[in-house]
This record gives sequence, structure tokens and C-alpha cells, in this order.
Amino acid sequence: MSGFTKGIETEHVGILVIGGGPAGLAAAVAAKKAGISDILIIERDRMLGGILNQCIHNGFGLHTFREELTGPEYAARFMKQAKELEIPYLLNTMVLSIDRDRRVAIMGRDCGLKTITADAVILAMGCRERPRGALSIPGTRPAGIYTAGTAQRLMNIEGFPIGRRVVILGSGDIGLIMARRLTLEGAKVLTVAELMPYSGGLKRNIVQCLNDYQIPLMLSHTVVNIHGRERVEDVTIAEVDEKRTPIPGTEVRYECDTLLLSCGLLPENELTRTLGASMCGVTGGANVDDLLQTDIPGVFACGNVLHVHDLVDYVSEEATLAGENAAAYLKGEVAARSEGIGITADGGVRYTVPQRIDPLSMRNEVTVRFRVADVYRDKTIAVYRGKTRLFARKTRVLAPGEMEQVKLDRKMLEGLTKDEGLRVTLED
Amino acid sequence: MAEKKELTCINCPLGCALTVTIDQNEITVTGNTCPRGEAYGKKEVTDPTRIVTSTVPVDGGDIARVPVKTASDIPKGKIFAVMESIHAVRVQAPVHIGDVVVKDAAGTGVDVVAARDVSVA
Amino acid sequence: MDRQDVIIIGGGVIGCAVARELSAYDLRVLVLERDEDVCSGTSKANSAIVHAGFDAKPGTKKAHFNVEGSRRTRALAEELDFAYRPNGALVLCFSEEEREQIKELYQRGLENGLSEEEMEILTGEEARLLEPAISKETVCALHAKSSAIVCPFELTVALAENAAKNGVQFRFLSEVSGIERLPDGRFTVTCADGARFESRFIVNAAGVNADTIHNLVSKELLSITPRKGDYLLMDKEVGSTVSRTIFQLPGKLGKGVLVTPTVHGNLLAGPTATDQDDRQNTATTAAELADVQTRGRLSVPDLPLKQVITSFSGIRAHEKNGDFVIGECADAKGFFDAAGIESPGLSAAPAIGQYLAKLIGEEAKAAKKTDFDGSRKGIPHVALLSDAERAALIAENPDYAQIVCRCENVTEGEIREAIRRNPGARSMDGIKRRVRAGMGRCQAGFCTPRVMEILSEELGIPMEEVCKNRPGSELLVHEERQEEGGR
Repeated sequence: MSGFTKGIETEHVGILVIGGGPAGLAAAVAAKKAGISDILIIERDRMLGGILNQCIHNGFGLHTFREELTGPEYAARFMKQAKELEIPYLLNTMVLSIDRDRRVAIMGRDCGLKTITADAVILAMGCRERPRGALSIPGTRPAGIYTAGTAQRLMNIEGFPIGRRVVILGSGDIGLIMARRLTLEGAKVLTVAELMPYSGGLKRNIVQCLNDYQIPLMLSHTVVNIHGRERVEDVTIAEVDEKRTPIPGTEVRYECDTLLLSCGLLPENELTRTLGASMCGVTGGANVDDLLQTDIPGVFACGNVLHVHDLVDYVSEEATLAGENAAAYLKGEVAARSEGIGITADGGVRYTVPQRIDPLSMRNEVTVRFRVADVYRDKTIAVYRGKTRLFARKTRVLAPGEMEQVKLDRKMLEGLTKDEGLRVTLED
Repeated sequence: MAEKKELTCINCPLGCALTVTIDQNEITVTGNTCPRGEAYGKKEVTDPTRIVTSTVPVDGGDIARVPVKTASDIPKGKIFAVMESIHAVRVQAPVHIGDVVVKDAAGTGVDVVAARDVSVA
Repeated sequence: MDRQDVIIIGGGVIGCAVARELSAYDLRVLVLERDEDVCSGTSKANSAIVHAGFDAKPGTKKAHFNVEGSRRTRALAEELDFAYRPNGALVLCFSEEEREQIKELYQRGLENGLSEEEMEILTGEEARLLEPAISKETVCALHAKSSAIVCPFELTVALAENAAKNGVQFRFLSEVSGIERLPDGRFTVTCADGARFESRFIVNAAGVNADTIHNLVSKELLSITPRKGDYLLMDKEVGSTVSRTIFQLPGKLGKGVLVTPTVHGNLLAGPTATDQDDRQNTATTAAELADVQTRGRLSVPDLPLKQVITSFSGIRAHEKNGDFVIGECADAKGFFDAAGIESPGLSAAPAIGQYLAKLIGEEAKAAKKTDFDGSRKGIPHVALLSDAERAALIAENPDYAQIVCRCENVTEGEIREAIRRNPGARSMDGIKRRVRAGMGRCQAGFCTPRVMEILSEELGIPMEEVCKNRPGSELLVHEERQEEGGR
């Protein structure tokens, strides 16, 4: 994208929120409640609410509202707040670029081409699905191969039937939800194949979306070939060994017209990268401190653009914090930050968010979220300051599909030095 | 003669593996970590229920379809009957969250209601 | 019956190049294309290289048309406004024993008509200075400065649009099933759907099926072997891993696996070369994709394979004698072949077009049109414009402010324009090839529903009829409940 040309209309806002999904909405609401008056949400779709609009299933909000809502209902709660707080937003508008001075180029049918400068920016762009190409599934390239989310949008927003006989690869939550959705709409879901020896989805989804409808879940299986010239005609599924390599002789062909892919989500960080923020290789999101601030002052990140969450409730919680912190930053309440002390993730902990903490200016309590690398039974989650164990919690089961968290107390970290270090780990 | 059923508790991410034993009139649940697991196990073998969600076409709205859900859970065995009743309706904009779309769906006594607002286009 | 002067069978890059050059003559020209759009066969899946011309054996048609075509392409890029980048190429040599072969290539280049300024032999060190990502095993390399990259879709579409602008007709979904000779020397061409056309001349640009078409009229049989090649396309983030096209010394089955940037900033590796019987089978295989990885790494050891966004394969039309078959058929006057067009076919296309058009023009004693307009403007790529240019475009049409494909930043205006052009996009693939919607890292995950809607609106067809490419490739299925009257 090109730079900033004179003559293009420029506006200034206090906080610019990029993305009007659950994270962006919660962040904007929190910032407004914290006293910031000039906030603007930029949304690329034709409505606010983000992915929740197409998540018509129930199960949202158990933590936040203590009731079980559908995606649109959960989104409506936040949209109502945003409306009551009179937070302005732009729909059908894309952010083209952003620079370190927080100059943001936007473009859309209603606003044309515009540059907005902001005192703080909250990144809340969400994530996208891993496409077939990235999975390197050989075979033909016919119609009828969808990522689960695209299929979900076509069915739930536009109301179109996408296939009659369906194979699903990947047992991520959207795939599981779509298995049920397709079944209810009259399609036959033949099987769900999962490369890993465990499912990446939530237990309740396996029970209520697969078991309820006798849809088999084939663990340690993958699609090794796709057939059909114009439309998918069948796919070949094979078992994989412990190195995830297909085992010859285990191939079975499934006659179907549709292949759905639910093989992982990737934070959408193209903008963050062009901004030059330091990125985390594990999450695919920016590296942030305990205020959810990237290494570029005044730029915060939250929700699935920071790391992929399992429950929207945690997205809202995290985004609220980002909104509050951005507000505090604007009001000059954030003390000058040190570069912070990195949190080491090991022993089966894949990463932590935040990646670093500034013990001098942290809040009284900081939630550290993480995911684990494998299914673990009877492990203890432990946090170490140097050699001292600050915290320990026994767990019965840990799984990669489920996000975990520990809360760190400011008092625990008083006087923490780089040499001591902070470490989140699993132990027996 | 005791009958045993293996279930996965869905109340929390723990996903406890439950064993529900049905011995005449007595139902016992093992494998649960908390009382919610016991309640879940008993309910799943006696009266399993689910929330059903889908979409319904809207005429004259700013969006083409409105998401709907059963206002409360319905018997698991009635899922497809409720889906049929949902498939049979169209609604007219405007629609408000909570509006009844299907009254007493499939004789369950439970209404199907709108899950979002739809304005007039 | 519909009467034409020239029928061109095949709307690939060759057919479209011939059509464009013929459109300068006062002739009625019709292109018959089997698929729903131009650029649907070999032209859509290849390495997208405009080869310098050092590779083909001197004296062959391949050598002649490559060098001519490569020079012509540069000028054509200006006239027809398609993406073209003269990025140069290196042919790497990994062993002392093969050093001689590099020298031979250099000599061959000279014999084929390249100048000494266009080529140089580099030491391994010099080559690595130019391209730091190449293998440390490189002992020397041929640097072909006039090698270039092009967008094969844009090139073909540009030729077709310019041909159409000058009066050439296009008929799609028109697979030729028969050709008969009339007593007066004219031809009757029959399509699979029963449509019949009469014509004085025929140009056979049927790609992988050119032998079948040729053998309908000639006793001197051609035999084409479909040769499949798999490719891996990588994300724009790693598009500058190399800036030149990196070849290996050619082997028996072709030029070997190359690694190259594309004009749109991706990185491409491939192709493999597997002879097969099936002329339609473009399925990639695990073994061949693995082969691309292994052989690609020989040139670029740190080939960023984690950034692969898609894999695809194309079929090259290999004629048994190994050279292009171009010109009038000896035993079928008025029937012109452009057959066996495998690599360097894309590079040669503009020259083949000129050559055949001239032959036919002369034989038809046709005059040149006085109102021929050889220029064409491409669809604006909003993503590549300056802010001022964008603002001006948006002021004219706000559709150009509405991004539909987020990965490639393709606007609604571009997509609508792609459909409205002549010949315009009729399918998702047609749009993807013209304006790149769905070509990016999410591979159409986000934009599919919206692009379908726009196609449905512009073409006036229901969503259920929107196709990925040919009929039969509908993205949606018809609602069964409705058909059964269950509502």
C-alpha cells in the first residue's frame, strides 16, 4: 500500500478500534466507560458483530452473562451497549495501512479514502481459517471444498445449502458445529477426520454435534486425496502414524460432494506486520505486555488477532482490559513502561499471553492465558519466579483445544528481576 | 440387572468421563468431579434435552435470514420435528430479538424465538 | 449457417494471440473455446516465465519463436497493459562436471539470436551476490538478463479483450467435435452442442487436444503426450526470497524445477514432469508435490515451504517430435496448426500470433483494417494505485472503495468490471484470474460469498448457478426441500 498523500481527508480520534467483532466491541465499550469520548470502530463487513453473526448455535456467554446465548444474541448485548454509549462506527470499511505514528489509511464505499490519526489503536481484526493450500492436500481442485467458516456463512447468513454428502477434515469447533448444522438441514455428514490423536474441539461440541447424530470422529486420520473434476466426487481418507504420515493400505474412499476443512485458525495480522510490531511465532499474534500493548506505544491488541481463543467470553474479558488500558494510556495514567520481563513458557506450555510483564507498573492482578501442546492428565500448572514456585494448580486434564489461565498478583512479583525470570510450566 | 452408560460431561472444559449406572429405579453417576456432573449424567439418561438453533427467511428485511432458537431446551428426540416446524415458516421484517417465530414447536410446549433484530430494508 | 473467414479452435494464450493479430485484418474471426472462459487450459497453469531463449535447440521453431516472442512480449505489455517484469534469470550449475553445459547454454543463446549483452556466465560467488538465497553448492551460473515474468492470465485476457474490441467473436462451452471439408474448399466445424460454423480458414490452437483436432483433417498424424507438472505457490510475505527466476540445468523432461517470484509478488516453485494418458487430469499428487519441495531446495535451500498457500498442476502438450508444429498443414490447405505448444509456449505466443496472422492474412488476400485499435487498458488494480489515483477512481465509482477480497485488496469495482468486459468473467475462476479475488493467502475463504453474489447480480443468474468454472462446478446445491415441495 502506498503512503499518505496530501489532499486526502484526515481526521483525528482518541482511540481507533480496528474490527467490530466481539473483541472490538468490548474494547470500545470499555474505553468509553473509562471516560474516552472520541472512539471510532472500523468494520470491514456490512454489520457489526464479526464472526458471531454466523455462529447461530448456542453456548455463548456462560461466563459473561451466566446464561447460554447464541452468537447473534451475545453480539447484540455488546452492540446495545455500544449504541447506548453512542460509539461511532464505520461499516464496509477496510483499513489499508497503519504506521508507527498511528496514522491509519481507511477505504470504504461510504467514507471513500481517508486518513485517520489516533492517539491509541486497538487491534481487533480476529482470525481466518487455514485453507486447503496450506494443508497441502493433493488431488483435484473442484468446487465443493469449503473452509468450515465459509460454509457456515453461506448457510447461516445467506441461507444456501452447500452440499448433500459431506466429509469434514479437522475437529475444530467450527467443523463440529457445522457437522450438526448440516445434519439438521438435511445433509449427510459421513465422518469427521482428525489428523491428531485428539480433537481440537470442545467436549460439549463432540457430544452434542457428533455423538448426538452418530457422526463418527476418526482420530489420527486425514484426507490424502480429493477426486472430481467439476465438483468433489469423493475423497480418500487414510490413517496416520505417530509422525502424522499416512499409513499405506489404510486408505478408504468416501463418496461425497463436499469437503469441509476445519483445520485451525490463524490470527489476521497483515496490518500488525506492516506496522512493524514484534510478533510471536507461536500465537501468530503480536507480542504484548501485561497491558496488552504491543511493542509500539499506544497500539494494543486483543481477541483472536492476538491469539486464537476457545470461548468468546475470554475474548470479551481480554478486550475489555485492552479498552481500559488504552483509555488509561490516553489519560496519561500508564507510567513509563520498562521493556518488561519476559514470561518463559515450557514443560508443555506452548506460549503465554501476555508475553512479558512490567512488575513496576502492572495492575494488581494480571491474567496470563496459554495453551498446552498435547493432552496431559494429572499435571500441575506451576508458575516460577526464579527457583521459587509462586503458584501451583492441579489439573485432571489439559488439552490443546482449551485455553488455560493463571492469575498473577502484583505482590508476588514485587522486585522481580530479569535474572530471576518468570516461567509458566507443567509438572507432574 | 444394572445398565451402564458411558457419557462425557459437557458442563465445563474438564469433560469428565462419566459412567451412569441404571439399576431399577436407582441411577448412580461415577467419574464426575462436581455435582453438576452428577446432575448431567442423570438427566442425560432419563430426560436428555437440547437447544435447537437454525435460521428462518425474512421478507423485507435488511438481512436475508434471521437466526432462531428454541426458547428453552426441548427433548432430544424432538430435534428433527422442531427443525421441520422451523423449515415451514417465513417471517416479515421487522423482527425483534425474542419474537416468537413458531409457537409451541412440534408439540414440545416450547416456542422458537428470534435471536436477533432485523430492521426493514 | 454462420459463415466465418477464420475459426480459431482454442482460447488459450496461442488462440488469443492469433485472434488479436488477425483482428488487424478485415476478416470475420470466431474463437471456439471448450471451457467457459479464455485461459482455461495449459495457459492458466504454467511457470509464467518469458524465457530469454537460450534453452531451445538452435534451428528449431521453439528457438525461433521464443526469441522473437520474448522481445515482442515486452512491447505488447505496453500496448495491452498487463503485468510484466523483466527480472532476469539464473541457471545454476552445482558441479564442476556440468560447467560445460552452462557454456553450451550460453553458446546456444548466441546461436538463437541473443546478444552478448543479454547473457553472462557468473562464478558461484557472483551468482550468490545477486541472489543470496541460492545454494552454496552453486559453482557457476548463466545469467540471462532478458528473461522476464508475466501474468499468463492477464496476458491471455488482454489479447482476447483487444481481439474482441477489434471485432473478433468468442463462443464458449464450444468443444469442437468435427471438421468437414466442403467441395468449395471451405470447412464446416461442428461443436459438441450441435452448433455448426462455416469457415475458409481454421487455426488449431487446441493445446493438449491439438493432435485430435489436427488428425480430423490431416493424414500426417500428430501425437501429443499430456505432460503434467505440479507447482507450489507461496505467500507474498516470502515473494522476495529470490528476485530472479532460478533455473537448474535442464534435464530430459524439461527445464527442471524452477523457483521464481511472480509478477504479483508471490513465490512459485515447480514444475514436475510426469507423462500421462489423461488429457484432463490435473490432480496434484503427494509424491510430485514432495518432489517439487526436494528439487526446489536444491536451488534455494531455505525455500519457505511453510508459507505455501496453494498447490496446482498444469498439463503441457508435448508433441512426439519435440518441437512446435506451426504453419499450414501440408495436406489440408487453409488449416493452420499451432500445436505441440509446450514451454516456451507462453514466451513464443505473441510471435506465433503474428506469424500465423500474417500467413492467413496473405493467403486470404485480406486488407488491414483502417480502424484497428491495438491498445487496451487493464482493469485498475486499486491496491497498486497511489492515494491520489485511488481517490479519483473512487470519486467516479464508489465500488472501487469497497474491498471484497481482503488478502489481495480487490474491490467490488474491479470484480464488476471483470464481468462486464468482453469477453468477461463468467465464473469464480474467471474473476480470480482477471483481478485476483481469491488468489491470496486465505484462498477465497472470506470473499467467496460476496463474489458469488456479485456474479449472480451481474449475470442475472440465481446463486445456485454460480460456478467455480465449467458447468457442473456449481458452488451450491439446489435446495432439496424446496424441490420436494416440503415448505
